[in-house]
Amino acid sequence: MNRDKVISVKNLSKKFGEFIAVDRISFEVERGEIFGFLGANGAGKTTAMRMLCGLSYPTSGSGTVAGYDIMTQGEEIKRHIGYMSQRFSLYEDLTVWENIRLYAGIYGLNRRQTLRRTVELLDRLQFRSEIRTRVGSLPLGWKQKLAFSVATLHRPEVVFLDEPTGGVDPVTRRQFWELIYEAAAAGTTVFVTTHYMDEAEYCSRVSIMVDGQIRALDTPTLLKQQFAAKSMDEVFRTLARDAKRGE
Amino acid sequence: MNFSNAIEIKGLTKRYGPVVALDRIRLEVRRGELFGLIGPDGAGKTTLFRLLTTLIDPDEGQASVNGMDTATEYRNIRKTIGYMPGRFSLYPDLTVDENLAFFAALFGTNLRDSHDLIDPIYRQIKPFRTRRAGKLSGGMKQKLALCCALIHRPSVLFLDEPTTGVDAVSRSEFWDMLAELKAKGISILVSTPYMDEANRCDRIALINEGKVLGIDTPQGIVSGFNAPLFALHGDDMFGLLKAARCYAGVRTCYPFGQTHHLVTESGFNAVRFIETLSAEGFSAIELYPVEAGIEDVFIQRMENESGQSHIG
Repeated sequence: MNRDKVISVKNLSKKFGEFIAVDRISFEVERGEIFGFLGANGAGKTTAMRMLCGLSYPTSGSGTVAGYDIMTQGEEIKRHIGYMSQRFSLYEDLTVWENIRLYAGIYGLNRRQTLRRTVELLDRLQFRSEIRTRVGSLPLGWKQKLAFSVATLHRPEVVFLDEPTGGVDPVTRRQFWELIYEAAAAGTTVFVTTHYMDEAEYCSRVSIMVDGQIRALDTPTLLKQQFAAKSMDEVFRTLARDAKRGE
Repeated sequence: MNFSNAIEIKGLTKRYGPVVALDRIRLEVRRGELFGLIGPDGAGKTTLFRLLTTLIDPDEGQASVNGMDTATEYRNIRKTIGYMPGRFSLYPDLTVDENLAFFAALFGTNLRDSHDLIDPIYRQIKPFRTRRAGKLSGGMKQKLALCCALIHRPSVLFLDEPTTGVDAVSRSEFWDMLAELKAKGISILVSTPYMDEANRCDRIALINEGKVLGIDTPQGIVSGFNAPLFALHGDDMFGLLKAARCYAGVRTCYPFGQTHHLVTESGFNAVRFIETLSAEGFSAIELYPVEAGIEDVFIQRMENESGQSHIG
């Protein structure tokens, strides 16, 4: 396995009966990249994400995620990735410590690893005094930092962020992206979806899905050149306008 | 009836236990206006909608819709308003047409009476008219919900985050539909967490943590930004962000899409700033003045409100 390719998929397809939700997508994500995964509603993003996270098997194609075969090793993939979304990340009724312990257990960390990483995490976030605080009463920015840290508690090869900043205020949204930058600089690979086009500019590379296919994939700078556009918003609109499938 | 305001809100406060969801809100929506409530999750937008649609009562203050008090004249208010909640709330087991017929029956009307209003939207979901609402895609559900909210020809329309989670192109199409409804004389109060949608509104209120941070036209809000603002670009964007923040004369620096935005003190010297960064090893630095956007204003007002810098 190539250690530098954390995700590598070729001609990945998913059919539901006659409907081709994902149509032969191919791409690679390198270690430490921030990979932006964009698409119009109904383009097949969620279906593709589910396959990459080991939640559903492709109809055809091949590839690996975190070194495991996407066609056969879904369970292994699930254990070696991190996942966070705006809608679901932490349990609001549990304390900071209870949330950490719960996720450590789910990811199969032993007692000693759990304790060591909890201390590390709390120190890094300067969170020690909040260990017994109920997560529901934390400010949103803190909650997001904690959610991201918990999603990467088991040191996954790649962390999937599904619209992590949806509905978040402009200050917290930017703080979260700085967290992503820092994690990526430290070697974490980040796979992220968003509807905020300014956030597409922060990615190392961006892919844009339309009607089940990846229609564009490059750095934001080169995509803007390719489509003679001023912003990623313009690139996205140019591509999404041609969508036949709609929703 | 003769009243110029579709909605009037005075000193409205709502608490949930120790949490102040809405803190002495005051605003007016004029007749025929497309008014946007712009703010993130937890700002109090949904609570405000629930108060105005007479589903809950305030702890303090008073509100009226079409000149009728929400506390005492709720029965009459409900006949004249349309409400599309943030969460899909139609009957998933009924088909598209059955849902429409059901809501028409509830209001004692029929589809023919509101045909001109609904048809431009209904046409887009007509191919799925026999499909159960629960089996529709997100965008289709949204269009059906809008049709149902319009079925009794309301004069005021309440739309709670109709574009959340919707891609940039579909969002733009939805705002086109709202512009058409406004042209037919309907007053609209619509909420959104997407700051870029503010420009589609006649007037907006910026709202955060239960407080109104400002009410004006989008242009008025933007021109209220009262500090020098620059865009900064260079080769190492993340490094540049951190370096800029350490520079005296820079009040804040935060990422803004392709560039960083730099809010400066009055004595800021741009030439010296670039020289310093170059000396620190940064290359291809560009710095130029820019006009503030809604998000810049929102960030500035959030900081003024809390009396501290959250960012940079």
